[in-house]
Amino acid sequence: MTAGARLRPLGLLLAATGAVALALLPFVVFKANRIATGEARGLLNVLPPGAALGLLGTLGVAAAAQLWRSGARLRLATALAALAALLAALALAADRLTPAGDRIVRVAPGGGFWLLLIVLALAVTDALARLKPGPLARVAILAALALAAGLALAGGAFDQLSILREYAVNASNFGREARQHAVLALGSTVAAVLAGLPLALLGRRHPRLRAPLLQLLNFVQTVPSIALFGILMVPLAALATRWPGLGELGITGIGPAPAAIALFLYALLPVVGNTLAGLARVSPGVIEAARGMGLTDAQVLARVEVPLALPVILMGVRIVLVQNIGLATIAALIGGGGFGTFVFQGVGQTAIDLVLLGAIPTVTLAFASAVLLDALIDGLRRVPA
Amino acid sequence: MRHLGLALRLAAFGLLAAFLLAPARFAPLFAPFTEYGAPPIYDQGSLLGLALAHLATVFAATLASSLVAVLLGVLVTRPAGKEFLPLSRALVNFGQTFPPVAVLAIAVPLVGFGEAPTLIALFAYGLLPVFENTIAGLESCPPAVLEAAAGMGMSGRERLVGVELPLALPLILEGVRLSLVVNIGTATIGSTVAAKGLGEVIIAGLLSNNTAFILQGGLVTGLMAILLYDAMAAVERRILVAARLG
Repeated sequence: MTAGARLRPLGLLLAATGAVALALLPFVVFKANRIATGEARGLLNVLPPGAALGLLGTLGVAAAAQLWRSGARLRLATALAALAALLAALALAADRLTPAGDRIVRVAPGGGFWLLLIVLALAVTDALARLKPGPLARVAILAALALAAGLALAGGAFDQLSILREYAVNASNFGREARQHAVLALGSTVAAVLAGLPLALLGRRHPRLRAPLLQLLNFVQTVPSIALFGILMVPLAALATRWPGLGELGITGIGPAPAAIALFLYALLPVVGNTLAGLARVSPGVIEAARGMGLTDAQVLARVEVPLALPVILMGVRIVLVQNIGLATIAALIGGGGFGTFVFQGVGQTAIDLVLLGAIPTVTLAFASAVLLDALIDGLRRVPA
Repeated sequence: MRHLGLALRLAAFGLLAAFLLAPARFAPLFAPFTEYGAPPIYDQGSLLGLALAHLATVFAATLASSLVAVLLGVLVTRPAGKEFLPLSRALVNFGQTFPPVAVLAIAVPLVGFGEAPTLIALFAYGLLPVFENTIAGLESCPPAVLEAAAGMGMSGRERLVGVELPLALPLILEGVRLSLVVNIGTATIGSTVAAKGLGEVIIAGLLSNNTAFILQGGLVTGLMAILLYDAMAAVERRILVAARLG
């Protein structure tokens, strides 16, 4: 066997992309102020020789582990180490490029940094996909990553970076928009589960209702989100004018109320559809047996059918939660708040840092919810009810 | 029941066509949704033109992403690309956690305002369902069939074109249909970054507090999505019948 045949094709692709990112693309972009055109800066220009060598060495080890047929554990460990070194190098570069006490210059991650970040994230994802960690291990990995990120941010390691400069300017709003985003996405999901489960049970009991119900929910899904948000403003505004007391409760045409209702409506189809599908998969024999043991219909439902259908129902909840975390960004267009506020403000000012201040937390939130719910579903499947 | 469904669809299509061709005639219908004498029908451009631009953007993005997704799906299921399968699975799984607004907003600084960021976002979103379904379809081919094909002396490529892809076709087409319909809705968000399309009507309504505009944009987009979904399903049945006969 020749040496070439022993190289991993995926490793070759990742290592080559990483090399291109290092050699050709700027590591960071330096801007004299927030809206000035950026100047590209290479890795060797912004880091002291020792740090640059350290980063290149860690990246080299990770690349070597990717290229040769090493174990997935080794690939994971080296890629994580390289990821940490990359982030540390970025923090160091931002510190060095920013004059002490300066609050005007902006140091943003450059194309080279982003591409390396993607390459390393792909390497980590690939190793994890092969190692197939169990549900608890996945939650532990997520918690460890969250803890590390939280400590680094709280310790001020990235404070000189442009995105965190943007955060510093918006710090007072950030907490409020984050809460608003979580309330919109989570609240609408909880409401959809509370309303969707009885609806699905109704649809199961009355097959004649099932098709029209699903068709109606399907139709709701085809109405574009910005239109549904806008359309719901009308009846709510009318209600608030009719009964001013409602306005004090937050039920007004503009603001979070129409957004919450729209998210709730979008969430119903996956919840109802998956509940129906989950219940349909419970074998009739099991239900017969439960009845034979003298359980009433309600007991059969609560103790046998719902527990057996739970993984499929939860898959619907996962779809809904991830979808609503993303869709809640649109609420900002109708004054509903959430991380979308920063995204749309950033688009309006062509300030990418502000866009990222809204987009990164949204994606992180959606990603973490997906990992947690996937782990929960996996855990339920392994421990039969 | 079938005739009723067909009649409903034809009526919906007729209504949509009539509204797009002569929107002014529907003014009395939308007048109750305006205030202070605001125009009841979108008057800052031709609705038909916007609808066609909307469809053109969606079709271009979906076509490109479908081709790329099928190609990638075929690659990662071949022996040479097996290495990439676990990673691409995980990527498809987590690609969906990326909200369209984020893709759009991040694309703007890179390619500027207008059609380009929308095309990028729609392209990215169209990839996932088609890629997923291509893999599922190719992997669902019974091993016995593949062995029989190999036994008949078919090469790897002949098996792919003559056996595997035809067997995977129903699932692949379903993925294309899904991505097309999702993209019709998502494309409206493109108007927040100045893409031409029906989102323009909705945004104009949001900005000027004109519910009639919001309703028009939303209903036309929704109707187009439903009609296209049904039309694609009918075309798929034709293709599948033809493939079986051929």
